[in-house]
Amino acid sequence: MRDRSFAPSRIFIYLVVTLFAAAYLAPLVVVVLNSLRTNEEIAQSSMIGWPQHLAWGNYALAWSGFCVAETCAGIRPYMLNSALITIPATVISTLLGAVAGYAVSLWRFRGDNWIYGIVTLGLFLPQQMRLLPWTIVLRDIGLINTLSGLVLIHTIQGLSFTVLFCRNYYVAIPHELIRAARIDGAGFFRIFWRIILPLSSPILIVTVIWQFTHIWNEFLYGVTFTTGQQQPVTAALIALSAAVADIPQHGVQSAAVIIAALPTLLIYLFGGRYFVRGLTAGAVK
Amino acid sequence: MTNAVLTATRPGRPATSDMVRRLPEYLMIWVPLLLSAAHLISFSIWTIWISFTPSTLVPVTGWVGLRNYNSVLASRNWQIAFDNLLLFGIAFVLLSLITGLVLAILLDQRIRGENVLRTIFLYPLAVSFVVTGTVWSWLLNPGIGIEKLVHDLGWSSFHFDWLVNRDMAIWTIVIAAIWQSSGFAMALFLAGLRSVDADIIRAAQIDGAGPFRTYRRVILPTLWPITITVVVVQLQFAISAFDLVRALTNGGPGIATQLPALVVYDLMFQRSQLGRGAAAAVLMLLILLAVLLPYAAWRYVQRRQATHA
Repeated sequence: MRDRSFAPSRIFIYLVVTLFAAAYLAPLVVVVLNSLRTNEEIAQSSMIGWPQHLAWGNYALAWSGFCVAETCAGIRPYMLNSALITIPATVISTLLGAVAGYAVSLWRFRGDNWIYGIVTLGLFLPQQMRLLPWTIVLRDIGLINTLSGLVLIHTIQGLSFTVLFCRNYYVAIPHELIRAARIDGAGFFRIFWRIILPLSSPILIVTVIWQFTHIWNEFLYGVTFTTGQQQPVTAALIALSAAVADIPQHGVQSAAVIIAALPTLLIYLFGGRYFVRGLTAGAVK
Repeated sequence: MTNAVLTATRPGRPATSDMVRRLPEYLMIWVPLLLSAAHLISFSIWTIWISFTPSTLVPVTGWVGLRNYNSVLASRNWQIAFDNLLLFGIAFVLLSLITGLVLAILLDQRIRGENVLRTIFLYPLAVSFVVTGTVWSWLLNPGIGIEKLVHDLGWSSFHFDWLVNRDMAIWTIVIAAIWQSSGFAMALFLAGLRSVDADIIRAAQIDGAGPFRTYRRVILPTLWPITITVVVVQLQFAISAFDLVRALTNGGPGIATQLPALVVYDLMFQRSQLGRGAAAAVLMLLILLAVLLPYAAWRYVQRRQATHA
């Protein structure tokens, strides 16, 4: 209810909300603190504790020092891989999705509803149904175990989302605007460039944030289609856990986890509003 | 309507030169859409086809009928995975609904710091399941996590070993999954609460309904459509859950936390049983359809009612 009349219960509300907030923050706080504790310190007590002195060295080791599978370059090459997969796939799928969404919603052509319907089925089809075909296709076109292969997959699969987001946004643009421009002789791309694109920044931000977050965080395709030095950072984190299973280095591992999670966390902190809009837009479908 | 107007501005069939001039736009529209649609349909058919072949290490032609399906369904691995999915799906969806609803109602009380709190409840959604699983595997590990901390604090008989306990390990996945995605339920519920007509609430108050009654009788019933959407989205996640389990328990201890997506991966890429792996993937799709088809039908009925009203 939206009134302030029942004052004593408000203390209770704040108490409960604070407890929940603490529970949600606790894992992050624990990992941040651990990333500043030495491995010995953690081994002597537990993962949960205050750093005795700040062990910044963990970050240096995590970034470019520790060894996974006989290569000792830290997490840096895998972060670079993730960036080289995520950035092109995000940009291409967003641009193509915007053009296609514009065509489907405002331009209309024969079969547009059919093809749009099929494309949006991609939101529901489990990745497992595409694993074997992608493996075979990537091998046949020589892109297995390459970053380009993952860019291709994420671009094509991302289209289902980008077309949906953009189409639902453009549907609300008055058709009269387009009709008037057509009568004035403007073509498909001219209208897109001059009229649609300037109106699109909210939906483009939503789409870019959604795509970036999803592709950066993706694991199954990364671990299936790439090995060793070609893996994205999510797969590398799993490989790191396995590599140090005998002699855990929880301080360094925590630093690696923080570094790997940082890009999407920063995007969330600065673009939270758009992030949430993408979540709800993706859910309502 | 639109089509009629647009074609009216260019009478007759477009000339060939017109087609050539417009080639770039056709390419830009059709190539991505066709690639996307074609890969969805052909890959589905392809995987279904492989599931009926005797493929092991490489895909081969041939027809074995339902043999792959029978052997997957008869395997202990799949049976445990399916039971786990039922338990995990129901527990996770229910608990994350309740958590999300409670948080949304609390945030709807015009409290201070709502924005900060919303940011806190939603940030796990920005983190990968691999990160979530890894961090929770530390916290829940009895040797280094919460149990060890409590022991160090002096309560040495404290036990919290679900991660390594066959009977309880699946609940660690429930915990981590709720932590990660109950914020999603909260965001949708909060939007729903904010869109309830203020006049209805005022009318209920004038009729003498207390806050609890108003929520139960007036506000919560309007949240049904959102609840169903949240359930479907969360079930969709539960059915295809892979990363989280891979990072948290890797299906263990033993195969106690096996889930369908792990069985598929195991069959396809670790045991080189492509036919059976494809059959398991198709079974996953069927489970998903059992959730999505009723949802689609419900949405269809709702839309028809909306247009008739």
